[in-house]
Amino acid sequence: MTQPAKLALEDGTVYTGISIGATGEVDGEVCFNTSMTGYQEILTDPSYRGQIVTMTYPQIGNYGVNDQDLESSRPHLAGFIIREHSRVASNFRSSGLLSDYLEQWGVVAIESIDTRALVKHIRTLGALRGVLSTTDLDDASLVAKAQASPGLVGRDLVQEVVPEQPCHWEEPLSEWTYLNSECGMRNAELKKGASGKRFLTPFSPHVVALDYGMKWNIPRHLADMGCEVTILPGTATAEDVLAQQPNGVFLSNGPGDPEPLAYAIETLRDLLGKQPIFGICLGHQLLSLACGAKTFKMKFGHRGANQPVQNLADQSVEITSQNHGFAVLEENLPDALEVTHRNLNDQTIEGVRHRELPAFSVQYHPEASAGPHDSHYLFQQFYESMR
Amino acid sequence: MPRRDDLHKILLIGSGPIIIGQACEFDYSGTQACKALREEGYEVVLVNSNPATIMTDPATAQRTYIEPLSWEVVAKVIEVERPDALLPTLGGQTGLNVAMDLVKHGVLEKYGVEMIGANADVIDKAESRQRFKQAMASIGLEVCRGQVVTTLEDARASIDQIGLPAVVRPSFTMGGSGSSIAYNRQEFDELVLRGLDLSPITEVLIEESILGWKEYEMEVMRDADDNVVIICAIENFDPMGVHTGDSITVAPAQTLSDKEYQRMRDASLAVIREIGVETGGSNIQFATDPGSGRMIVIEMNPRVSRSSALASKATGFPIAKIAAKLAVGYRLHELPNDITRETTACFEPTIDYVVTKIPRFAFEKFPEADDTLTTQMKSVGETMAIGSTFKESFQKALRGLEVGSFGFGSDGSDLWGTSEQPDETEIRAKLSRPCPERVWYLRYAILSGFSVDQIHELTRIDRWFLDNLLEIVETEQKIRACGGWDQLSPELLRTAKRQGFSDRQLAMILHTTELEVRARRLELGIVAVFKSVDTCAAEFEAYTPYYYSTYETEDEIPPKEKRRETRDAGRELEGKKLESRTIMILGGGPNRIGQGIEFDYCCCHASFAMRELGIESVMVNSNPETVSTDYDTSDLLFFEPLTVEDVLNICDRVKPDGVIVQFGGQTPLNLARALKSAGVPIIGTSVEAIERAEDREKFQQLLNKLGLRQPKNGIARTMEQARRITAEIGFPILVRPSFVLGGRAMEICYDKGQLEKYVSEAFLVAQGQPVLIDRFLEGATEVDVDAICDGTHVVVPGIMEHIEEAGVHSGDSACAIPPYSLPGPVVREIRDATAKLARELNVVGLMNVQFAVRWEEAQNMKEEMQEQPGSQPALRASRLPVIYVLEVNPRASRTVPFVAKATGMPVAGIAAKVMVGVSLAEQGVTNDPIPSHVSVKESVFPFIKFTGVDIVLGPEMRSTGEVMGISPRFSIAFAKSQMAAGCLLPKEGNIFISVAKRGKESIVDLAHRLAILGYSLLATEGTAAVLKQAGISSRRVRKIREGHPNLIDFLTDGEVALVMNTPSGKGARTDEGRIRAAAVQAGVPCLTTIEAATAAVMAMEAMREEEIGVLSLQDRFAT
Repeated sequence: MTQPAKLALEDGTVYTGISIGATGEVDGEVCFNTSMTGYQEILTDPSYRGQIVTMTYPQIGNYGVNDQDLESSRPHLAGFIIREHSRVASNFRSSGLLSDYLEQWGVVAIESIDTRALVKHIRTLGALRGVLSTTDLDDASLVAKAQASPGLVGRDLVQEVVPEQPCHWEEPLSEWTYLNSECGMRNAELKKGASGKRFLTPFSPHVVALDYGMKWNIPRHLADMGCEVTILPGTATAEDVLAQQPNGVFLSNGPGDPEPLAYAIETLRDLLGKQPIFGICLGHQLLSLACGAKTFKMKFGHRGANQPVQNLADQSVEITSQNHGFAVLEENLPDALEVTHRNLNDQTIEGVRHRELPAFSVQYHPEASAGPHDSHYLFQQFYESMR
Repeated sequence: MPRRDDLHKILLIGSGPIIIGQACEFDYSGTQACKALREEGYEVVLVNSNPATIMTDPATAQRTYIEPLSWEVVAKVIEVERPDALLPTLGGQTGLNVAMDLVKHGVLEKYGVEMIGANADVIDKAESRQRFKQAMASIGLEVCRGQVVTTLEDARASIDQIGLPAVVRPSFTMGGSGSSIAYNRQEFDELVLRGLDLSPITEVLIEESILGWKEYEMEVMRDADDNVVIICAIENFDPMGVHTGDSITVAPAQTLSDKEYQRMRDASLAVIREIGVETGGSNIQFATDPGSGRMIVIEMNPRVSRSSALASKATGFPIAKIAAKLAVGYRLHELPNDITRETTACFEPTIDYVVTKIPRFAFEKFPEADDTLTTQMKSVGETMAIGSTFKESFQKALRGLEVGSFGFGSDGSDLWGTSEQPDETEIRAKLSRPCPERVWYLRYAILSGFSVDQIHELTRIDRWFLDNLLEIVETEQKIRACGGWDQLSPELLRTAKRQGFSDRQLAMILHTTELEVRARRLELGIVAVFKSVDTCAAEFEAYTPYYYSTYETEDEIPPKEKRRETRDAGRELEGKKLESRTIMILGGGPNRIGQGIEFDYCCCHASFAMRELGIESVMVNSNPETVSTDYDTSDLLFFEPLTVEDVLNICDRVKPDGVIVQFGGQTPLNLARALKSAGVPIIGTSVEAIERAEDREKFQQLLNKLGLRQPKNGIARTMEQARRITAEIGFPILVRPSFVLGGRAMEICYDKGQLEKYVSEAFLVAQGQPVLIDRFLEGATEVDVDAICDGTHVVVPGIMEHIEEAGVHSGDSACAIPPYSLPGPVVREIRDATAKLARELNVVGLMNVQFAVRWEEAQNMKEEMQEQPGSQPALRASRLPVIYVLEVNPRASRTVPFVAKATGMPVAGIAAKVMVGVSLAEQGVTNDPIPSHVSVKESVFPFIKFTGVDIVLGPEMRSTGEVMGISPRFSIAFAKSQMAAGCLLPKEGNIFISVAKRGKESIVDLAHRLAILGYSLLATEGTAAVLKQAGISSRRVRKIREGHPNLIDFLTDGEVALVMNTPSGKGARTDEGRIRAAAVQAGVPCLTTIEAATAAVMAMEAMREEEIGVLSLQDRFAT
């Protein structure tokens, strides 16, 4: 039998659908993602902590779930909203149904609501706090709970997803990232050995990755290029980082509002200029904040795999994967920072570079997963900067 | 740098007539390109032989040439126009091939014409199997294992490595023409020989078979700065082995994980870069092994294609328009996204709905053809539907197909539960062989208890699709089990509607009426809402009013006042006045034989006319290939099936002040009565008048009243009645089912045997409607007339004399404007009769009348007079012409665009304005146009796709498209029309003549003239004797049954340049049928009527006297 579920928003709107995940009740900020594929990567992306994610593509679960397309050990988002869940998983790599996976990890999820209407609502009013429940089906009560939900602003969600202790990362990219054994990443130094296995070139820089809720495809990229990767929790201090004697420091993505993360900003201030730095998403915002920039909460953010970003150096356009609700503010951008990339849709800042120090960052996700591979070159750029 | 200022004049080549594999989509892409280039200030020169296109309207390009698409003719256009550049990638394979020929023959070099978009080397690299394979290997992509060969010996050697089954693909053919799968060595040899022959460069590719793999298509765009984006990924429902044009396809891809999708995306980017398409769109096809994910590149089209038209309609991204702008230097990010306005064209569309395309076939017209779907395309049209889920879009597409189904079965049209219900053996057989009916057998299989896995094993269709179909059937069974109409819960009703069930299906399942279901639905508030196609899944606000229906909660159509504001804002710039009325135009649905681009042309013009008058225009159509479904064509576009339910749903929201049903062919006319009963305001000619013209008895009364004559006729509801009527009116008779377009099951019977056979077939097709029986007027000349009437005044823009005699379907016959042989008084009488009919029927809009003129003995004007074969001018002296009315259709006809192009009068637009109350006088249209030149329309047939089918013309229409030849002389106009239709009249060589008894006397004159022109004649015994008697020498060839070498051997050896063969019998198994079929396969033109042969001889004579010249429409109509 189908179990009803409800989504209530802080403005009083209530959607009734069917539960397809765990029973229970969750609250969070309701946002939407426009990727047509990659739901498993989205589910396991720690940046979605505190958010209830709506998929705009209506048919979700078609190819099931598998053990490879994970961006962390478990789902992190607060809740999941789709139009229709697939009863079958049709893919040779699939190991099970999406609904079973959701249930297994306790993710409350709803299907069968007018997701497009919900998306338009969010687009018009901005991201809204909401409650998703299979236990309380009283509209008034749910709306009250939505209004009581803390939202994202000013909250430190990073603490909830940082790793407990440092670790080394060795797993390379999945074979599925490569088009074939010859091409894929544009790394000229990756060559095929006699055995057909890729081998590492002599230059193997040591990268410390500060993990604020890092997607696994980032260290996979670094390892794949030949980097020695040490992961430190995002709460680490500059001394902790430098104690590793890294050739470069990577700043990861992560959930929520960057401004309350004073400890991380502090660490970055101390690290600036010491070693080359590369940041992605939250890492980009933290780097910018450390350089004196401000961030702001966007109306409903950018979440999807089709965001066009222009590289201002040569005007070329990359189609990028994005997931952010906060961005670096254009006004009062410190002179030390140069804007290197812009979003073609709304002209927001998508990448910066420090004018004097070896530090750069992008708001989007060159590690893709889910999303296009157009921006892999940034890893190469980081790699080169460590020579 | 954006726009290139060094270019001023750009040449576009269209795709010619509608044929299988090349349909309206190239009118859509070409029209978009013309508009886009003009918008940028370039002068556009267009060459296309197809008059039924929007692109060949004199207003679309600045210089329009309706001329044959051969490089020689296009070279003449280039010589006259001296364009700076040629954009070859928007006119399908035909346009691309002509462009390549121009390069090969040095024409572009000679006149300094630059190829933009893709240059010759790029095109060659993409299309040459060998070069493509090397290119893929160089970027590490796998292609199908295969080998290119040019001889049968090499081919045989290749299968030792490749193995059987193997695919045989001829190089450089269109629509995969000639590609087939060989399962054994004998088949293999046959296919290789045929393939070598079909290939213009005598080359075939032998490939490993990847039957049953999953098939995908990626639509890719690239700009001059190397920015590349994917517009759409399409997944084929039917696995590899079925041509993508014949497959059900779905967008976006459904069963690829992000990892696999991105890998395919990377491959697409690598392919377009490696092949080097500088700017524009390309289509890349992939196959993946469902068991391992191994991916293979199948092919790439370095141009816009049928799939890109589908992708444009599926996503809202106008590929052709953007491709044209990229070709003149713009970069993707410099072009706006029309739909969101604020963002640019440099992005990848994301959609929040599911699109299903289903092909439409015409095998009923070719009963002898094999209906197995293979790698050679056989469908003649397609329909597309948009829904929130696959289930919804799939069921909508099935009812949009207009084959009598209203969804996935349970609609009163399927075999389940009838005496013809298939058994398991039959189901199994149907599932394992792809054919047009397979989709219905999927349902029967489910109902028979086959599991998804079992069906998958038989069909290789992905389990995800199959499970969705299973869910539809489960819902059907739940509804059936609910205990009756009164018991159906609102929840289940809503679920069913959300899964795409039509009211008709629900009514059939629960034994109630469609209207009852609708009423209950409305009462419960279960109503269709309309959502936008916006390229961005609602991330940005959409400004383009392009909608689809679905059963969700929120409707997105702005209220009328708001819409008007938006229109006002746009119109102010154009200085046009605005009207408050909203007029809805119902389109023609999927292309089929008998109803195609001509009606889309009319619908577009109706829409343009409304916009010109400041009236809000609303288009409803389900055919993704068309200009009418371009979001630019109308103020509101609804991509919806054309059924009463779907149209009423739109009317509920839009509240039109008028609905035009007479422009979209039979499809909307069939809805007229039901729409009117539901209170929809049908404008123009009344539904009653339409019925008066269609109803035999009422029509007879009408003609009697007006003193007009018609062939003796009767209506039969039973076989017995048919026999009685035939006895009364006498043989020969013409038999046809009523209310069917395109002459379906229409036959001429000369004797009782034929009567029994064809009448019973007609009853089958008529589906309960009566069968019409007419005396067949042998030897008569048919005349088609198109007229516009505003209820008071009548204008007759086109009187077309058919070249083939009565008995050949008007859609298949060649015809000329003005009449080339009829005397003036006859033409005037026909004109007057037309006007009388129009006034009597109170026609408001367009009307088409078919007349037959027969020369009959003056003293014996009775219709029972003895038949005389032939109607040569010499014999006419002692006789008088008698005019018969065959048919009146108070609606737009297939010939409207031809008439418009022949006369320069925008016929459809004038008629549309009449329909909204602007009289002919108010429009300043009071006189019939007098054409300044002769225009000949010729039909184009798909016989090459249906091996072995007899090509004799008859009352059942079988042509897919048309071309036009224009010249001051009839003979040259006819020659051009033949050239444009691909019927190359030879300048020298052997001409085979074989005529039935009836034509023997007329052939003597023709043979004599051919001999004078220096042709050698070949003839079989009987004809040779007749010629000899007249003193004409010919070489005798054996009949097929007389052994070898016979004519077929001559044909195969390329020793015959032209065949003139008129039938005495018909059918693929007769000797002459085999000869005609062999001529088609050998690419030798074949004329099957004395009239066409006569015109052809005139043309061959004329071509000796003068060279073919070209002149633009703008120049033709300048005076």
